Amino acid sequence: MWAGLFLQTLITGLSIGGIYALMAVGYSLVFSVLNFSNFAHGAVIMLGAYVGLALATKLSLGFGLVLAGSIAGAGIIAVLNERLAYSSLRRRKAPSLYLMISAMGCAVFLENLVYATIGSRFYAFPEFFARQVISVGGSSVSLLDVGAFLFALAAIMGLHLFITRTRTGIAIRAGVSDMTMCSLMGVDLDRLIAIVFLLAGGFAGVAGVFLGIKYLVYPTMGWVTNKAYIAAVIGGLGSLPGALAGGLLLGVVETFVSSYVSSVMRDVFSFTLLIAFLVWRPNGLWGQDSEEKV
Amino acid sequence: MDYILSIVILACINMIAVLGLSIFTGFTGLFSLGHAAFVAVGAYTSAILTYYYYVPFYLALAAGAAAAGLVSLVIGVPTLRAKLRSDYFAIAILGFGEALRVILENLEITNGARGLPGIDGFTTLPVVLVCLAGGVLVARNFLRSRWGAACIAIREDPVAAEMAGVRLFRTRLLSLVVSAVYCGLSGGLLAHFLSFIQPVMFTLVQSTQLLAAVIAGGMGSISGPLIASFVFIGLPEALRVAQMWRLVAYGLLLVLIMVYRPQGLMGYSELSRFFRKSGNPEGRSRS
Repeated sequence: MWAGLFLQTLITGLSIGGIYALMAVGYSLVFSVLNFSNFAHGAVIMLGAYVGLALATKLSLGFGLVLAGSIAGAGIIAVLNERLAYSSLRRRKAPSLYLMISAMGCAVFLENLVYATIGSRFYAFPEFFARQVISVGGSSVSLLDVGAFLFALAAIMGLHLFITRTRTGIAIRAGVSDMTMCSLMGVDLDRLIAIVFLLAGGFAGVAGVFLGIKYLVYPTMGWVTNKAYIAAVIGGLGSLPGALAGGLLLGVVETFVSSYVSSVMRDVFSFTLLIAFLVWRPNGLWGQDSEEKV
Repeated sequence: MDYILSIVILACINMIAVLGLSIFTGFTGLFSLGHAAFVAVGAYTSAILTYYYYVPFYLALAAGAAAAGLVSLVIGVPTLRAKLRSDYFAIAILGFGEALRVILENLEITNGARGLPGIDGFTTLPVVLVCLAGGVLVARNFLRSRWGAACIAIREDPVAAEMAGVRLFRTRLLSLVVSAVYCGLSGGLLAHFLSFIQPVMFTLVQSTQLLAAVIAGGMGSISGPLIASFVFIGLPEALRVAQMWRLVAYGLLLVLIMVYRPQGLMGYSELSRFFRKSGNPEGRSRS
C-alpha cells in the first residue's frame, strides 16, 4: 500500500514536472539568448490554450490538429510580442530590467484583454482521451499523465537535437555566447531572435494545451509559469537540459510535499526553494558561471 | 463628494507605498517585484492589532510599519548579502511576496483567503495627508543624508561606490528596510480605510503597479513617482472606465513607457525644478 502511494505520487509528480519542463524550456530559451526574464511567457501559454480550445470546440478538430494549431498560434503570438514590445529595447541595448518590466506589461495587457473580451469563465477541453487508467505495479495511473510526460520528453529531446545539430541551432548557440560577435559573423539577429521566440511560443502552445486538458482554461492560468521560473532557476537559467531536469525535479518534489506534508505548504515550499537557489546556487544545479559583468 | 474624497485618500495611501519603493528602486537602483508583500504585512499587522486586541490606531499603524521593516530583513539579509544580479534579486523578492501571500491565505488569525472584514475605519483624509507629508519630508532628508548619498552612489555604479568605501550590503539593506516601512505604513492606512483586507489584494500585480509608478515617474525623482501614482490610481477611478479595460490600458502603458520613455515622466528631476529660475539647484539631478 505504502509503495503503491509512493509510486503513484512519483508518477503524478513526473507528469506535472513534464508540463513544468515544457514551460521552463520556452522561458529558458528566451533567457539564454536575450538574458532577461520573460514574464509574458505565461500569457503566451494562456493564449495558446485559448487557441487550442477554439479549434477544439468551434471547429471540433482532433487532438493532433488542435495541438498543431495551438503551437502555431502561440508561436506567432510570441514572435509578435517580441517585435512589438522587446525589439526596440533590444536594439538600443536597454538594461534587462526594462525588458522585464515591458514583459510584465505584456502579461498584464494580454491577460486582462482576454478577461475583458472573452470573460473570466472557466472552459474545459472536450474529452480527447477517455479517462483511461492503466495500472502500474498496483497503482493506477491516468493515460493522459503518461502521455503528457512522454510527449514533453520527446519535444524537449527534439529541441535539443535542433539546437545542437542544425545550422540555425548553431547560430542560436552562437548568439547565446556572444550576440555582437554572432551578428558580425553574418547571422541575421532579428531572424534568429524571431526563431527563438517562435520555438519558445511553440512550447508554450503545447504547455497550454496540456494544462488546459489537465485542468481548465481561464485568463489567469498563465500564473502557473511562476513554477516554470523556479524550475528554470533550479536547473540553471538558460540551460535546456537544466530546464528539463529542474521541471521534473520540481514537479516530483512538489507532489511529494503536498501528499506527505501538506498541500497548503506546497507553494511556500517551492518559493522558498527558489530563493534558496538564487542565494546559494544562482547558476542552478548544472548551470555554468554567469556573474554579472562589471 | 464622498466618492472623490475616497479616490483622493486611496491615491494618497498608494503614494506613500510608491514613495518607499522610490527610495529603494529609484535611488538605490534595485528593482523589486514584491513590495506588495510589505504593504500586506503592514495592513494585516495593524488590522489584527486594532481588530482583535483593541490597540489604539496610531500605535497599530506604527506596529504595522515596524513589522514590515522587520519582515523585509528576512528576504533582504540573505539576498542582498549574496549580491544577486539585479534581475535575480527581482525574481527572489517576487518569490518571497508570493510565498508570504500563500501563508496569509492559510493562517487562522488572518481569516485565510476570505479576508478580514469589519476593520474600524480610522483612516481619514487629514491622517493620510499628515502621513504623506511626513513621509515626503523624511524621504527628502534621508536622501540628503550620508546614507542617501551612499544609496545614490550605489545606483550610479555599485563597483565604484564600493571602491569609494560605501558598504554595499548595509546601505542596500537600510534602503530596503526604509522602503518596507513606508509600504507597511501605507498598508496600515489602507486596511483602516477600506475596513476589509484580503490576501488577493497584495499580489504580483500590485507589486508591479508600485514599480510601474516609480519607473513611469522617473527613477531618481520623488515628485515624479508621486504624480505617476496619482495618475495611475486617480484618473481611471475618476473616469470610471470598466475595471478590466483599465488594467488592459495599464499593461499597454507599461510597455509604451519602456519603449518610448524609459527615463520616465520626470527623469531625474523634481517638480520643484520648474518653479525655480536656475535649472539645477542641488546639482544632484542628471540629464
